[in-house]
Amino acid sequence: MKIHVRLFSRPKTQAADPFPDIEYELKCAKCKSTHTRSELYAGNFICPDCGAYIRIPARDRIRMLADEGSFSELDAKLTSTDFLDFPGYRDKINKAKSSTGELCAVVSGTMRVEGNPCAVFAMDSRFIMASMGSAVGEKITRLFEYAAKNKLPVLGVLCSGGARMQEGIVSLMQMAKCSGAVRRHSDAGLLYMALLTDPTTGGMTASIAMEGDITLAEPNALIGFAGRRVIEQTTGSALPSDFQTSEFLLDHGFIDMIVPRGELRGTVSLLLRQHRHGKENAR
Amino acid sequence: MSELSAYERLKTVRSNERRRGSEYVNAIFTDTVVLCGDRRYAEDPAVMGGIGYLGDIPVTFIAQDKGFDLPDRMRKHFGCPMPEGYRKALRLMKQAEKFGRPVICFVDTLGAFCGADGEERGQGQAIAENLFEMMGLRVPIITVVIGEGGSGGALALAVADRVYMLENAVYSVITPDGCASIIWKDSSRVEDATDCLHITAEDMVKYHVAEDIIREDFENFGVMCYGIRNRLISDVKALLSLSEKKLLDGRYERFRRIGIYEDGGSAQ
Repeated sequence: MKIHVRLFSRPKTQAADPFPDIEYELKCAKCKSTHTRSELYAGNFICPDCGAYIRIPARDRIRMLADEGSFSELDAKLTSTDFLDFPGYRDKINKAKSSTGELCAVVSGTMRVEGNPCAVFAMDSRFIMASMGSAVGEKITRLFEYAAKNKLPVLGVLCSGGARMQEGIVSLMQMAKCSGAVRRHSDAGLLYMALLTDPTTGGMTASIAMEGDITLAEPNALIGFAGRRVIEQTTGSALPSDFQTSEFLLDHGFIDMIVPRGELRGTVSLLLRQHRHGKENAR
Repeated sequence: MSELSAYERLKTVRSNERRRGSEYVNAIFTDTVVLCGDRRYAEDPAVMGGIGYLGDIPVTFIAQDKGFDLPDRMRKHFGCPMPEGYRKALRLMKQAEKFGRPVICFVDTLGAFCGADGEERGQGQAIAENLFEMMGLRVPIITVVIGEGGSGGALALAVADRVYMLENAVYSVITPDGCASIIWKDSSRVEDATDCLHITAEDMVKYHVAEDIIREDFENFGVMCYGIRNRLISDVKALLSLSEKKLLDGRYERFRRIGIYEDGGSAQ
């Protein structure tokens, strides 16, 4: 699904209100209809015309999950630099910033879901396909470190085109860096839940998307390591239509369950409650 | 320092004449035993693993191998490991941890295998699990990139305490070929993409991805490997002298400090 976004107004500052009321349009990739954010928000960003799942901007995703007034953002000023002078990268960063109002492809912080505290990060596919460069890697690493220190579970809402090639080898290393932070958080006996959304591919699938204690996915999301086109070109044969969908991954044993949007908050809240006391539950 | 351009190095390490992972294993270690299989699904010959002596220290070795003649290369799917290759590597690392053996990895791959069967068996999950587990493996890990360090397929054997690059070896987030077709929709601009991606051994040292560069001398392969052996011995001894906590903290910090970004206007 490809979403076209038009921005009507942008907040002057992010610090005060983490959820400024910005109005923008999202286009359904399936039926090509256009809808406003406020129209979609109440309906979980499900296309009112055809029922397809529209990709949810990171900040809206967190707003939909968090108890009102409970979200507190971390590292809101962290952003990318074009340190390799990579062709076109500076423009891409600037365009992503101005079209989304975000400084980074991931939004992170702490929140409560039906009273259960947790750390959260959500990725935004509108921001250079939510690819993982230094800024994304650093924010996610800091969030896991913060959560480990403060004994909080982590919910990650993932989507990503993979590592951000415009940052060369440094972006590949973010996979290891984040995995290290996930590992330390895990060693502290804390829960990490990953929610995989459309699309979760490449380096993201080969690192933190697949390192959760519990792995959830949205229906019909594209989840995979290698690109479908690359595989078809390499092998010369067509792939089944459900290849690399959430349903395909569930059948092959790589995710725990598929959660429709209407049930997400309840499922997350229940799982957080079940792990509320961490290791001490059994004592 | 290598006098070749980045693109010439890429061609060099992709050449069929380049020395293979198994040759380094045979030249560096003595009394080796090769161990097979991931205990889950299959044996993947693209990843050679086993136990040998580094001087008088028993170690576990894991080496990506692109193969020699055509049938061998096909059997090893041209050095692109299947999920089974990564799971075998992890099995041998866990075994090494149980017996207190350091792990020595040799990286040489275009990348993890791209195919429907690899996807069905969780190529991404296999790599992710290696990154996660290697971050906590309580024995020293040293990786030598001997040829091509292809993205996640290389990183899955390179979450190490020390990483060395051979002089002409390269390490990249994406193949320059793939990068060229994404940026310019033109896979013939590989040379330009190679320069943009900064994939040389010097780049790896600059960005703290590798500790040092190893001079190549393929005329005297045995002598070169003896040098690598001696360097590995002194590294392994230094790493074995650390407490487990110091070892793991050091490995975490090694990756933790990599990243270039701005935080509220100040560059980090």
